Amino acid sequence: MGNTIFDKIWDKHVVKTIEDGPSVLYIDKHFIHEVTSPQAFSGIEKRGAKLFRPKQIVATADHNVPTLHQELPIADALSRFQVDTLIDNCKKHGIELYGLGHKHQGIVHVIGPELGITQPGMTIVCGDSHTSTHGAFGSVAFGIGTSEVEMVFASQCIMQTKPKAMRINIDGELHKGVVSKDIILYIIAKISASGATGYFVEYAGSAIRALSMEARMTICNMSIEMGARGGMIAPDQTTFDYMEGRLFAPKGAEWDAKLAQWKELYTDADAKFDMEININAQDIEPMITYGTNPGMGLSVTGKVPTLESITDPTEKQNFEKAMKYMGLTPGQTLLGMPVQHVFIGSCTNSRIEDFRLVASIIKGKQKDPNVKTLVVPGSQEVAKQIKAEGLDKIFEAAGIEIRQAGCSACLGMNEDKIPAGEYCISTSNRNFEGRQGAGARTMLVSPLTAAAALLTGKISDIRTMLN
Amino acid sequence: MQSLQKITSKFIPLRIENVDTDQIIPARFLKATTKEGFGKNLFRDWRYENDDETKPKADFVLNQKQYTGAILVAAKNFGCGSSREHAAWSIQDYGFKVVVSSFFADIFKNNALNNGVLPVTVTDAFLQQIFAQGPDDTLTIDLEKQTITIDKTGAAETFDINAYKKTCMLNGYDDIDYLLSMKEAIEKFEETIK
Repeated sequence: MGNTIFDKIWDKHVVKTIEDGPSVLYIDKHFIHEVTSPQAFSGIEKRGAKLFRPKQIVATADHNVPTLHQELPIADALSRFQVDTLIDNCKKHGIELYGLGHKHQGIVHVIGPELGITQPGMTIVCGDSHTSTHGAFGSVAFGIGTSEVEMVFASQCIMQTKPKAMRINIDGELHKGVVSKDIILYIIAKISASGATGYFVEYAGSAIRALSMEARMTICNMSIEMGARGGMIAPDQTTFDYMEGRLFAPKGAEWDAKLAQWKELYTDADAKFDMEININAQDIEPMITYGTNPGMGLSVTGKVPTLESITDPTEKQNFEKAMKYMGLTPGQTLLGMPVQHVFIGSCTNSRIEDFRLVASIIKGKQKDPNVKTLVVPGSQEVAKQIKAEGLDKIFEAAGIEIRQAGCSACLGMNEDKIPAGEYCISTSNRNFEGRQGAGARTMLVSPLTAAAALLTGKISDIRTMLN
Repeated sequence: MQSLQKITSKFIPLRIENVDTDQIIPARFLKATTKEGFGKNLFRDWRYENDDETKPKADFVLNQKQYTGAILVAAKNFGCGSSREHAAWSIQDYGFKVVVSSFFADIFKNNALNNGVLPVTVTDAFLQQIFAQGPDDTLTIDLEKQTITIDKTGAAETFDINAYKKTCMLNGYDDIDYLLSMKEAIEKFEETIK
């Protein structure tokens, strides 16, 4: 029997498997940030141990940073202390830090790929559940807790049980107005917020092959939202074209040697999966979430489920709780509902391609005057490219301010929050209660559907606005 | 890490599915740089009206005095979402030693085990039996035997945990000690993948 791409990479990195226990898995690249690392640093220091491989760690400040005036000291004392702690820890332990003001600073899952640090065949971890993003390059990448961050500090390894294998095949051509975010929201709505728990997912099929690297990252990014340990896509020419010439990508003869290895990273034809799901790309419409987990999604023209359609009593109780929180009525349509905020950003959709998509819709137009915006590039590099391509002028002319790089209103750790009771159309990844601020009502969409809401101030079907 | 062998305790029933770690500990409390003191903010926005500790929400189970104990029982898919270990720290700091559910999210489960909080997975039917008990009824979890028992009815189930993690929990060992003892083997391994 053949191997999956996941097997090939995982098995190569197993140092040892404990009988009736986890494997000791070697980690090639470890990303850290200010929020989930301080307790790991103090833990390792308390043990009197040293960092084992500091050169395999890259740090940035992203979760808890302001998105305006990053050149000034951070106003919030606790946030400033947390970011300063990261600076001190990196200095003390010899870790490369792309902190505030550094030209490489940005959301950890945006900068890794754009700098060429993320490479096919690697094992990659970070104390952040959206680490699955890096799987778009054919790497085994997943989020870990702070105890595990400390394990990697101590030994460059973690202890993990091998997950089950799932493949999701998406074949066919996407409709106009449907993009990769809609694919992943469609999958999660289909299999639920826990449908892939215990699995590592490989995305395959002609619709995936046709996607750019940015679009593939959006899909792998949200694997965790259906419970998956991670998600990945086998590397191909699109991957190699994206990577070639990037700052930390191999060069010259080393590039050729690596390329030959990367071309071996695919799932063998006779490999077996524990679960396989087939999706027709033609069935996917622009998607939106209506509830308080990412599995509660539907077509933007669809209707919220009725109470009668839910039979399980606990599920019904949870659905009613979500309806109350979201201020919605079972069975209603969402199309035409006014929205107060649009957030474009997060590790899901803050890359240059996302900004190009939005710009293509708002070009020469004005945003709706009632809509407040938070538009946040994923990195300094994305911000630079936005300017280089003149997209900033399009946003400016539409009355939209572009902020500085960070996680921003995706998790509302800094001051970028949505007020209680107000609706936010968001390109981020989580619509949990209070995620974007206490009482905030989040609806997850693609950058195109977000652009439509920017112009109309309402939940709108982007397909009616395309030529 | 604290060890756990056997516990008999009343329990707190949280009949909510898909409890995500943003509910367990909202992001605004993640600015801390130590592990201590998260318990007071556990389920913060479900516990208090407008973030005000003087206004507990009467309908939330942690505020209902009749429910006490070191066991939290929750509906399926507990701990989904963000990988923040602060969720496990807050559950432990509040005083829970065991969390029972019919389904746990992967990262939370690991985080709990790494902090001496035992996640016990039961069948849906058994979970409903637990939820049917009153506030004075107790559960017994015996890690050595891998059993969970509803003491009043005597109904019991076995639960899964791998032998390695079981040994760690029973003795309070943690993975870092194990990995630190493997350094030479890891260095040798590095030579083979270069």
